[in-house]
Amino acid sequence: MQMTMKGAGFLGIAMAVVGLALPGMATAQNVTGAGATFQFPLQSKWSSEYGKANPGVRVNYQSIGSGGGIRQITARTVQFGATDGPMTDAQLAEAKDPILHVPVTLGAVAVAVNLPEVTSALNLTGPVVADIFLGKITKWNDPAIAATNKGLVLPDRAITVAHRSDGSGTTFIFVDYLAKVSPEWKDKVGVATSVNWPAGLGAKGNEGVAGTVKQTPGSIGYVELTYALQNGIPTARMQNPTGEFVAPSVDAVTKAAAAASANLPEDLRVSITNAPGAGAYPIAGFSWVLVYRDQSDCTVASALLKYLWWGVHAGQAFATPLHYAPLPAGVVSRCEAKLKSVTCNGAPVL
Amino acid sequence: MPSRPKSSRVDTAFHATLVLAGLGVATVLAGVAWEVLSLSGEALSKGGIGFLTGTTWDPVTEEFGALPALYGTLLTSAVALVIAVPLGIGSAVFLSEIATSRVATVVGVLVDLLAAIPSVIYGLWGLFVLAPLLREHVQPAVQAVFGDFPLFAGTPLGVGYGTAGLLLAIMVIPVITSVSREVLRAVPETQREAATALGATRFEVIRGTVLPYARRGLVGAVVLGLGRALGETMAVTMVIGNRYDISASLFAPGYTLAAVIANEFSEAFSPHYLSALAGLAVVLLGTTLILNAGARLLVRGVATGGARKNGDRHRFSRKSVSVPISVPSSDPGKEAPDGRP
Repeated sequence: MQMTMKGAGFLGIAMAVVGLALPGMATAQNVTGAGATFQFPLQSKWSSEYGKANPGVRVNYQSIGSGGGIRQITARTVQFGATDGPMTDAQLAEAKDPILHVPVTLGAVAVAVNLPEVTSALNLTGPVVADIFLGKITKWNDPAIAATNKGLVLPDRAITVAHRSDGSGTTFIFVDYLAKVSPEWKDKVGVATSVNWPAGLGAKGNEGVAGTVKQTPGSIGYVELTYALQNGIPTARMQNPTGEFVAPSVDAVTKAAAAASANLPEDLRVSITNAPGAGAYPIAGFSWVLVYRDQSDCTVASALLKYLWWGVHAGQAFATPLHYAPLPAGVVSRCEAKLKSVTCNGAPVL
Repeated sequence: MPSRPKSSRVDTAFHATLVLAGLGVATVLAGVAWEVLSLSGEALSKGGIGFLTGTTWDPVTEEFGALPALYGTLLTSAVALVIAVPLGIGSAVFLSEIATSRVATVVGVLVDLLAAIPSVIYGLWGLFVLAPLLREHVQPAVQAVFGDFPLFAGTPLGVGYGTAGLLLAIMVIPVITSVSREVLRAVPETQREAATALGATRFEVIRGTVLPYARRGLVGAVVLGLGRALGETMAVTMVIGNRYDISASLFAPGYTLAAVIANEFSEAFSPHYLSALAGLAVVLLGTTLILNAGARLLVRGVATGGARKNGDRHRFSRKSVSVPISVPSSDPGKEAPDGRP
């Protein structure tokens, strides 16, 4: 008898514990994403801010690189992927089920220059930068550079080109721009997260390129805009299609996206480099998250979609303090349509 | 066998544990080799021998050749060994044969500390201290002396094969020193006493007795150092310039196998690209195996070849003692008149 009482009491306590724990566990929903390192500071800020407002959801973002993000979403090991370069048709075909591209922020690339003899910012055109990175322009006093920098005395100094050695979304945006302004670049080198560089030195990461440029007089390189702004790296003003020379800034990047948002393609896989429009900075691009259009687990899908919806709306407020360019209104409305098109077992999630 | 004494059961368990540990190591190696080989299958079968001899690495057109990276790996490791072997073994000889025990202890601890510094620290130091120093002062001076000699041609950039080799040498020296020192310490004192008793000077004792006795271990130390040089990734990628090219000049930027893999793996977007990177890993694995096996054969050749000369295959200690006797006689100019009746 005593034994039974004891047993019943134990069972009761056990049931109470399980009863208390289960509702708590059910609300703690994990959402896992992986991909572009570029998005990482923004995603981790979003994750902590969103977690404060929605204690039941924990978003975990692994910055493993765009290529890794595409591989992980294709293998369905994460709920969302992230990339700085859109998936190719071949990659989309490999994933079998339709994957949506949702822009969440904008990236831009600044051209860093170390020319001790010149203290003001250089004005550079796209074709000139392409020829420098092709190894065709090798001296700073080349007539092509002098043509857009009247009044500056350019030295007879050899140009040292510095580029990223690791695969990178920054490289993708930069070479995508060069391919648009230089047919020779498009034919000879092409566009990818890492390419067969015709000239120069490779350095690892933004910090590697910035370090090489800083240390090597006469060098030119490219770094992520965020990195250049945070570290006060001297940058060149780039000519946009309207003929203006624009210094890289968060504002000028959002202007480029706004100019491009008028004719975005249906799938939002679009390059906005060399965008026309007053004040638009030409070397900029979207950074996307990747989600499957047809979800199977509706609890997860709901948490994921609410998080992304929050990201493209309230989340944009956290972009500027981190030196990310916020999405222009025209793009946000396109994101809304994309997110609303996601379904779970046939029914819309949002 | 329930009646076995306890110590025997402990023995059996111990034996089994050791066998498992040994098999574990072999399994891990086999697993790595299998995984890398199967991942690289596509690139290796598509490229064939062209994968090894190709000089282009173009992720856009998916044309992949490993030669420039293989060349960079071998060249930087060779430069490192050329610098590190004399310095490393020299300092080990100093520590074990010449320095007082207090100096040997202090310097020995410092050498071990050097060996424990993470490679990324060496890389940062190489990028921010060594490379500017070489670019501003050393490379222009070398070019002023040698002119257009191809080994030192090109714009002084501070980074390149030479810088990477020099940095690797600095990283490899503590490894060689610390292993060599232990090897030299293991040379029996009687060997030194015997040589000294035969009238050998300190130099002759070291050259004729200590080093030959220890050569197997010394080659082992060099092989360990070579292993570190071949596989080093972070430090090398920071100072080699990461240019996929082949150049005779030590001042030119280049690339190594390990550096390409580390740089490009995370963003490798297509299966063929990934496969080509795994192919580089196969080339690196193969290079390491061949060089290791070569070093082992070399040691065996040195040991048996040297002993055979004295008609004794197994005890090269006899030969070791015989060398000091031959050293004075080979230099009759100074020592023979005094040393002989």
